[in-house]
Amino acid sequence: MFAYLVRRLFLMLVTLFGISVVIFFLLRIVPGNIVDILFAAAGYVDPADKANLEKELGIDRPLIVQYWHWISGFLRGDFGYSYVSEKPALQEILPRIPITARLAGLALLFSASIGIPLGVISAVKQGTRLDYALRVVSLSGLSLPSFWLGLLILTAAVAMFGQIPIFNPNPKTWLEAFATYAVPAAAVGFRSAALTMRITRSSMLEVLRQDYIRTARAKGASDAAVNYHHALKNAILPVITVIGIEAAFLIGGLIVTETVFNIPGVARFLVEAIRWRDYPIVQNLVMFIAVVVVFANFTVDMLYAVFDPRIRYTD
Amino acid sequence: MAQKSDIVLEVKNLKTVFFTNSGLFKAVDDVSFTVKRGETLAIVGESGCGKSVTALSLMRLVPDPPGRIVGGSVTLEGTDLLALDETEMRAVRGNRISMIFQEPMTSLNPVMRIGDQIVEAVRLHRNISSKEAQNIAVEMLRLVRIPEPARRAREYPHQLSGGMRQRAMIAMALACRPALLIADEPTTALDVTIQAQILALILDLQKELGTGLVLITHDLGVVAQTAQRVIVMYAGRKVEEASVEALFAAPKHPYTRGLMASIPAVPASGVPAQARLNEIPGTVPSLVRLPKGCAFAPRCKLAIKRCEAEYPPLADWGGGHLAACWRAEEVAEVA
Repeated sequence: MFAYLVRRLFLMLVTLFGISVVIFFLLRIVPGNIVDILFAAAGYVDPADKANLEKELGIDRPLIVQYWHWISGFLRGDFGYSYVSEKPALQEILPRIPITARLAGLALLFSASIGIPLGVISAVKQGTRLDYALRVVSLSGLSLPSFWLGLLILTAAVAMFGQIPIFNPNPKTWLEAFATYAVPAAAVGFRSAALTMRITRSSMLEVLRQDYIRTARAKGASDAAVNYHHALKNAILPVITVIGIEAAFLIGGLIVTETVFNIPGVARFLVEAIRWRDYPIVQNLVMFIAVVVVFANFTVDMLYAVFDPRIRYTD
Repeated sequence: MAQKSDIVLEVKNLKTVFFTNSGLFKAVDDVSFTVKRGETLAIVGESGCGKSVTALSLMRLVPDPPGRIVGGSVTLEGTDLLALDETEMRAVRGNRISMIFQEPMTSLNPVMRIGDQIVEAVRLHRNISSKEAQNIAVEMLRLVRIPEPARRAREYPHQLSGGMRQRAMIAMALACRPALLIADEPTTALDVTIQAQILALILDLQKELGTGLVLITHDLGVVAQTAQRVIVMYAGRKVEEASVEALFAAPKHPYTRGLMASIPAVPASGVPAQARLNEIPGTVPSLVRLPKGCAFAPRCKLAIKRCEAEYPPLADWGGGHLAACWRAEEVAEVA
C-alpha cells in the first residue's frame, strides 16, 4: 500500500509537470501578449516603450528561461504579480476560490443527492411511466447547456418577480449562503445530476439481475433493503467514477455560469485573465485547478477500495 | 401413511406461466407434491423442464413480469403462501422456507462480509441484538464446518473458495432453522469431490434440524444417494413420482427410463467400453408450442397414436408410484 501511494504520488507529479508545460506553451502560442493588447488599445506604438515594458515584465527572455522562472517560483510559493492589477497573483486568486468551491461543491451535492436516488428509482421501476418520465428529464438535462439554462432561469426570474437574483458576496446566515449559490449551482448541477442518474440507472439494472439480489430476496429482505443496501452498494462504482470526472468538467460549466450569474469566482476570472494574456494569473490558476483535478481522481481511486473489498492497492 | 402434522409442505396443482413476446408458456403446469418433516424430495429433469421455476414459485420469487403463479396452492406448515401479501411472505422467506442456489460464486453479495450476510438473514426474522446475531453467524459457520469461523465471518466472498461459499450459503439458509429448505442444484457448479462433501453436509444438517428438503437436480446419482422420494418433471409437468427404491427398480415413464439409461456406466474389467453413450434423442419441446398429447411423445420410442392425441393422466401404479404414460406397463419390458 505504501509503495503504491509513493508510486501514485510520483505519477501525479509527472502529470502536473506535463500540465505546466502545456499551459505555459499554449499561452505563448496564442497571438499577442499583454503589452500588445495595451498598446493596441492605446492606438499608438512606440517600439522602445514596448520593448521596455516587455523587459520589465520579463516576457522578452527566452521561453525556457521564462518557464524556469515561473515554475521555480511556483514551487517556492512565489506566484508572481498579476500584469493587469499589479497585485500579487495569490492575492487575486485566493479570495475567489471559496466562491467557486462552494458553487462546485453544491453542484456536485445536487448531482449526487438527486441523481443517485432518481437513478435507483428509475431502474427499479424500469419500463414504467415514471421511468420514462425520469429518462426524458435526464435527457433534457444532458442536452441543455448550463449557460442557456442559466439564462432561462434569469429570464424566468425577471418575468415572474421582476428582478434578477443578485450575487451576495457576504451572506450572513447559512440560509442566505444557500440561497445565493443554490440557483447557479442547480443550473450547473442539472447536467451532472442527469448524467449521474443515467449511470446509476444502467449500473443498477445490471446489478439487479445478479444472483445475490435473488439471494437477498430469498432471505426475506424488503425492496428498500434489496435496492439500497444490496444493489446500490454494488452499483455505485461507475457512479463514483462519473462524479469524479464531472468534478473536473464542472469547471468548464462554471465559467459560463459565473458569467451569466455575475459571480466573481475563479472560473470567470480565468477567462478574463486569458483575454488579457495575464500569464501569472492563468498559469497559476490552471495549475491550481490541475492539482484539484488530480487529487479528485486520486480520491475516486481510493474510494473504489472503500466501496469494493475486491479492489486493493498492493505493492 | 404419515400423520397430517408431519407434512411440512403441500403443493397442489401449482401453475406458473410466463408471458413472453412469443406467447404464453406454462413453465409449471399442474404440479402437486408433499414434503414431510425431515424428508428429502428430489425433483429431477432436464434443463428447462420447470424444476427451478417450481422452486422459485414455492418462494414466490418468480420474476414478475414476465412470470406469474396463476393457480394452485403452496401450503407450508398449514399456511397457504400464495394467499399471503408481500409483507407476510417476506416474514416467511428465509425464516420458515429457505433456498440455496446453484452458483455459489455469484449468490453471495460481493461487497458484504460473509458474517454480515448471515447476520442480516437472522436479524430480519429474529428480534435480537447485532452482537447476538454475530454469535449466531459464527455458530452457523462452525455448523457447516468452516474452519476458523470467526475469522471467515469477517471475510468477503471473494476470499472463499466455491465450496466454502456454498457452505456459507447453507449456513445463511439454515440460520433461522427453516421448516423447509430448497436446494436448487446446490452442487452442480462444484468439483466432484466437493460435491460429495456438500451433499453430505446438507443431509447431516437436515437430519440434525429436522428440515424438509426439496432437492432439485438433474443428476440421478445424487438422487439415489440422498432422496426418499422423487418427482420427475418434463416440459413443466410431473410425469412420474415414486419412492427412490421403486423408481430405480422399475421406472414407469419412458422419459425416466431414458434418463437412467443416459448415466454412463463404468465398464467391468475385461469388458470393452461402450462405444457410444445412451442419449434421449431430440430436445425438450418449446414450452410455447407444446404438442396436444404427451409432450415426450416426439422423442419416445414407445409412442403410439394415442400419445400424440391425448395427454395421459397421472395414474397410481401401486404404493404411491405415479406415472403419466399410456404405455407405463410396457416400459419395463421394452428397455
